[in-house]
Amino acid sequence: MKNIVIVGAGTGGTLMANKLARKLNLSEWNIIVIDPSEHHYYQPGFLFLPFQYYNEQQVVSKTKSFLPRKVQYLQTEAERLDGENKKIILKSGEEISYDFCILATGTHPRPDQTPGLTGNLWRKNIFDFYTLEGALALQKFFSTWQGGKLVMAVAEVPIKCPIAPLEFVLLADDFFTRKGIRNKVEILYATPQTGVFTKPVATAMLSNLLKERNILVETEFYIEKIDNEKKSIVSYDGREISFDCFTVVPVNMGSEFIARSGIGDDMNYVPTNKYTLQSEKYPSVFVLGDAANLPASKAGSLIHFAAETLTANLLAVMKGGQPEMKFDGHVNCFLESGKKQATLIDFSYDTEPLPGQYPLPVIGPFQLLKLTRINHWGKLIFKWLYWNFIIRARPIPIPSRFSMKGKKLVK
Amino acid sequence: MATKIYKGIPVEVNEEGYFVNPSQWTPEMAAEIAREMNINLTEKHYQVLDFLRQRFLQGETLTIRSVGKSGIVDVKEFYQLFPGGPLKNACRIAGIPKPVSCI
Repeated sequence: MKNIVIVGAGTGGTLMANKLARKLNLSEWNIIVIDPSEHHYYQPGFLFLPFQYYNEQQVVSKTKSFLPRKVQYLQTEAERLDGENKKIILKSGEEISYDFCILATGTHPRPDQTPGLTGNLWRKNIFDFYTLEGALALQKFFSTWQGGKLVMAVAEVPIKCPIAPLEFVLLADDFFTRKGIRNKVEILYATPQTGVFTKPVATAMLSNLLKERNILVETEFYIEKIDNEKKSIVSYDGREISFDCFTVVPVNMGSEFIARSGIGDDMNYVPTNKYTLQSEKYPSVFVLGDAANLPASKAGSLIHFAAETLTANLLAVMKGGQPEMKFDGHVNCFLESGKKQATLIDFSYDTEPLPGQYPLPVIGPFQLLKLTRINHWGKLIFKWLYWNFIIRARPIPIPSRFSMKGKKLVK
Repeated sequence: MATKIYKGIPVEVNEEGYFVNPSQWTPEMAAEIAREMNINLTEKHYQVLDFLRQRFLQGETLTIRSVGKSGIVDVKEFYQLFPGGPLKNACRIAGIPKPVSCI
């Protein structure tokens, strides 16, 4: 028997376990999945918790229930990868040899990286919503909040789900409007980047949207520290923004497992060939999703699209061939804007988000870079798709390859 | 696209003044570019520029945080050396493209 070891059972690891269980001859291959977490989270759902769209039960399930029975699941922490000897060393000291390995260890919020963030005010007036605990604490806070200054900031890029903080301020605007206290809530969005998004066409559209909703924006704000006494955030260039409620996307970093293995960059992301998805260092190691240092968004949709390339290349290499399929950096995201509307962006390594229809020209049904009700339904249906199709690697009628069909070039 | 003369050599730059071809850059040109931005380069500046160029040529994504971890300067000092957007200013002086995040 030969071993293929998958480290991490989040979106990427679970999806790959399902894909490979179907593709591989299991009398020849042993699929082993390693992940300490008992729970699998629908992470895009965390954003909706503070605004009471979802409850906890809708975003949490058992890791085990999504893994095929024929897969060996080790619910334990991996200590490090030994790429020279092709083995994974577990926390217990046990060693698992592999013929091939897939790293799907993700990226993780690290509030400890910003001085003062986890001080006195943490989860009292300062909240993260990238964890279940943080999102639920904020839900509780918002349910009785009478208004004040709400500051949303991104501590560092890249982050997973890069548009989530924008969705957050838009949903907050909608939420407090519905509560009838929007006139008592000032909303400010602070980002270390030069605009609310990185690509020009989408930035223009989103900037206008924030303006319409009366959401203030502070750009190139790189947080140095949080002053808990004065209830303010301070940037390296000396700007200071006071808050009554501060919501933050903390610095995101790759897994400590990557750091312990000595295979990561400064942020614990694994140097990965952006086309083949093979580790730059070890040909028998592939990297899927947020764990990789790809020049693309850290998002679940990318994982779904990249999995096809990774599977094809892995199977080719298993047969002694070359990894010939090239990933194009395809990613798409719904951006929920409140008021039962959403927009959709679809892009790749080479093409920025453009307006048009998706996935089909004219028919859509989704409209790119435009707020529509159907996009909103798309976002809501996506939760059901995620639990039932995406992580179970069942086919959905959306092509993995990026396509210009239906898109309009903007001058 | 435009052409600028640094140290007597015509250099192609983009509309924001970033070098189109990083191999045209010399340390002497850096001092001239820096002066346009009212920065007088010191030894520390040059160490940061070297670090950025090295990382860039290795194909790595440049971040303020990685400069802060370089052992040359911390983030605060980086801001003091290149005021008002240290990474984008330092990259322009280092003759490498403006760093873009890829979300």
